[in-house]
Amino acid sequence: MSEVFLKLDNIKKSFGGVHALKGVNLEVKLGEVHCLAGENGCGKSTLIKVISGVHDPTSGDIYIEGKKITKLTPIEAIKMGIQVIYQDFAIFPNLTVAENIAMNNALMTGTKTMNWKKARKIALEAMSRIGVSIDPDLLVERLSVANKQIVAICRAIINDAKMVILDEPTTALTSKEVDRLNEIIFNLRDKNIAVVIVNHKLDEIYQVAKQLTILRNGENVATGGIEEFDRGRFINCLTGRDIQEDFYRPEPSDQEVLKVENYTKKGMFENISFTLNKGDVLGITGLLGSGRSEIGDALFGLIAVESGNITLNDNPITINSIQEAIKNKIAYVPEDRLTQGLFLKRSIEDNTIAASIGKYLKNFKLDQHAMTEVTNMWIKKIGCVAASSQVPINTLSGGNAQKIVIAKWLNTNPSLIILNGPTVGVDIGAKADIHKILHDLAAEGVGVIVISDDLSEIIQNCNKIIVMEDGKIISNTDSSELDEEKLAKLLTGTVMAEGGVANE
Amino acid sequence: MNNDKVKQILTSNEMIVACIIIGLCIIIGIVNPMFVGQHTAINLSRAMLVTLIFAIAEMIVIVSGGIDVSFPAVACISLYATIKFMNANSIDSVLFAFAMSGGIGIVCGLLNAILVSKIKIPPLIATLGVSSLLNGITLAYLGAANISKIPDNVDSLSQQFIYTYTNEAGIKYALTVLILIPIVLYILAYVVLKYTMLGRGIYAIGGDKNAARIAGFNIIKIQFIVYMTAGFLAGIGGMTYTILMRQAGPQSLMGAEMMVIAAIVIGGTRITGGHGSVIGTLLGVTLIALVQNNLIMLGVPTHFQTFIVGFIIVVGTVITSIRVRYIDAKPKV
Repeated sequence: MSEVFLKLDNIKKSFGGVHALKGVNLEVKLGEVHCLAGENGCGKSTLIKVISGVHDPTSGDIYIEGKKITKLTPIEAIKMGIQVIYQDFAIFPNLTVAENIAMNNALMTGTKTMNWKKARKIALEAMSRIGVSIDPDLLVERLSVANKQIVAICRAIINDAKMVILDEPTTALTSKEVDRLNEIIFNLRDKNIAVVIVNHKLDEIYQVAKQLTILRNGENVATGGIEEFDRGRFINCLTGRDIQEDFYRPEPSDQEVLKVENYTKKGMFENISFTLNKGDVLGITGLLGSGRSEIGDALFGLIAVESGNITLNDNPITINSIQEAIKNKIAYVPEDRLTQGLFLKRSIEDNTIAASIGKYLKNFKLDQHAMTEVTNMWIKKIGCVAASSQVPINTLSGGNAQKIVIAKWLNTNPSLIILNGPTVGVDIGAKADIHKILHDLAAEGVGVIVISDDLSEIIQNCNKIIVMEDGKIISNTDSSELDEEKLAKLLTGTVMAEGGVANE
Repeated sequence: MNNDKVKQILTSNEMIVACIIIGLCIIIGIVNPMFVGQHTAINLSRAMLVTLIFAIAEMIVIVSGGIDVSFPAVACISLYATIKFMNANSIDSVLFAFAMSGGIGIVCGLLNAILVSKIKIPPLIATLGVSSLLNGITLAYLGAANISKIPDNVDSLSQQFIYTYTNEAGIKYALTVLILIPIVLYILAYVVLKYTMLGRGIYAIGGDKNAARIAGFNIIKIQFIVYMTAGFLAGIGGMTYTILMRQAGPQSLMGAEMMVIAAIVIGGTRITGGHGSVIGTLLGVTLIALVQNNLIMLGVPTHFQTFIVGFIIVVGTVITSIRVRYIDAKPKV
């Protein structure tokens, strides 16, 4: 029925001595949604660059529509109908929707003049093709992330695209927006376009994909219809190890670590009270704007509260500034690690000791030896994959970078660590490592609070779960009483906390 | 939907500045009826003329994501070297004057372009350095004295008018023919920026350089065109100023950059690049000129005017930056 559009045969690619791709085979058919899954660093990006003509393969053959392609350049790839939508979309925030969509076409035809009427027409046509409508005269800076992505998709399909590659398209989308994106993807598929999606979120892959190819360490370890993969096999193929998706159930203890009473900041959260015992990992969840992140910010002194008491290891404390929070040994892993948690261009070592640099100041000099030693210790302890302690952070994958943010705070010997979205953009293997670190910390008596909207993460890793809505706690329970479905219902408000799930 | 568009036009930066200008005119007119009349328009046009030329060049540079603070120095070296050369060789041609001045400007712009685009020095630093360099060359090699001998044909241009007006008291007001230069430039800039791929490319690289590269714009080529055009216009502006003032000074325009950049920013151009309009720039320059020239009619003492100009710059730029934040915070569509 459907014909093969792209066929890769034993593609190898090495950079210097590093073998990024060690013989990948891939077959993508028109009108098919094909998911390319793999952990960070598995060669997905390199493979995309080979397909889009950015990289020449070291060896191996590329066939497009059955024809062997000897030399694929980016322009050639676009002419063949291959379009890539990158994670940052590469669109212009200061130009209108119409211009953004039509610009590539104008550049391709080499025209010297800008025809606004034609641009609008092209934009409206492209949008109607995938069943969306955005005002073509709006500036793109006024669009949500999801709509910016739609603009990028529209731009990709105007030149008779036969295959659209989406690189991690759902990273910045809410679940509702993901649903809409899926609809658009199905729309493209029904127009007989081959869609390749790079993703590593299992649930989303199951929703859209028909075919699945899993890459690991530059090789495709498995390929086949999505129905051939259950979660266990999927995860096993992704990570190369068996990761138990089990639940965190610590030994009950009555040694109190943290007690928060009637914590209030009008307009953000009200009357927040909870306790955290030794071994507990507390999960705070809720929809965006429910106050979940603000509680974390407040406990770290980023937001000054109006009233409420905090007791940390039996000492009453007040936190009105970040300095006070650090003095009280509170650590905070922020939601956006790239802008708030890391010095991207500095080395692992600089980042690791950034929050505890005072410890290494001896006689007005930094103890270089001790700093390197402690960094190497953390790299090993938290399982960060890096060539040395001196490589810059921006060369690491998301998971490894996040491990360094955590290491930075662990090096301050915190009594309480708050993690806001600790595994956003982190692949499954590294995710499991991070969760293990958190559980070990809790067992040592460090208070651990995880703020997240990733329900399976919360359910699996926290033994106490708080659900927030409109700044109030609507449910505070032991996680053994909840499952993902009940939690999701709580979040969307279809079950009242009082009479429903919490008391079951 | 249509309502939305009307609202968009009414709250646009251009509209706000236009309203401020009209408001200011009404206030000055009420306090001093002398203000009302054609003579004000003629005087104002003359006062704005050179600033307009510099402003359009600077706006294009800022829209492309750069900045050029060297244009006063470029203008000075161009005009001074040209007049000196013409006097020394007894050349007397208007066309030659503008061609040579503009040509020197292009060479200076080329230097900026190489530093910014090829060597990738931050534009502010590069053009600041070039500014100092050129000013030093002018003073050290060309001379420091003002030259009041302008070649006759060139000088006579200052006495050619396209419109004259005599008021009841018999005082003659005349609009110089030089006003045609900014008029042509603004029309040209409007068309190029809006209706050519080069113009859209300037906006594109100012909006997101990386996206522009992926889309297939030749960033280096566009930057070279932008900085060389800015140099050319600085040279033209310098010669225009010389003719208007009937003398050539080696430092006469130094320090003009602040006022020009302020006028552009008030006109809605974002200093971070990607946003800016020809009409906004025209309005921004008008507002600044109005304040500089006509505040005295409100009875504002001269020394106080500097304060008012500074005040308008601060308030104008604050409004612009608040608007940007407001747009950022507005619910996304």
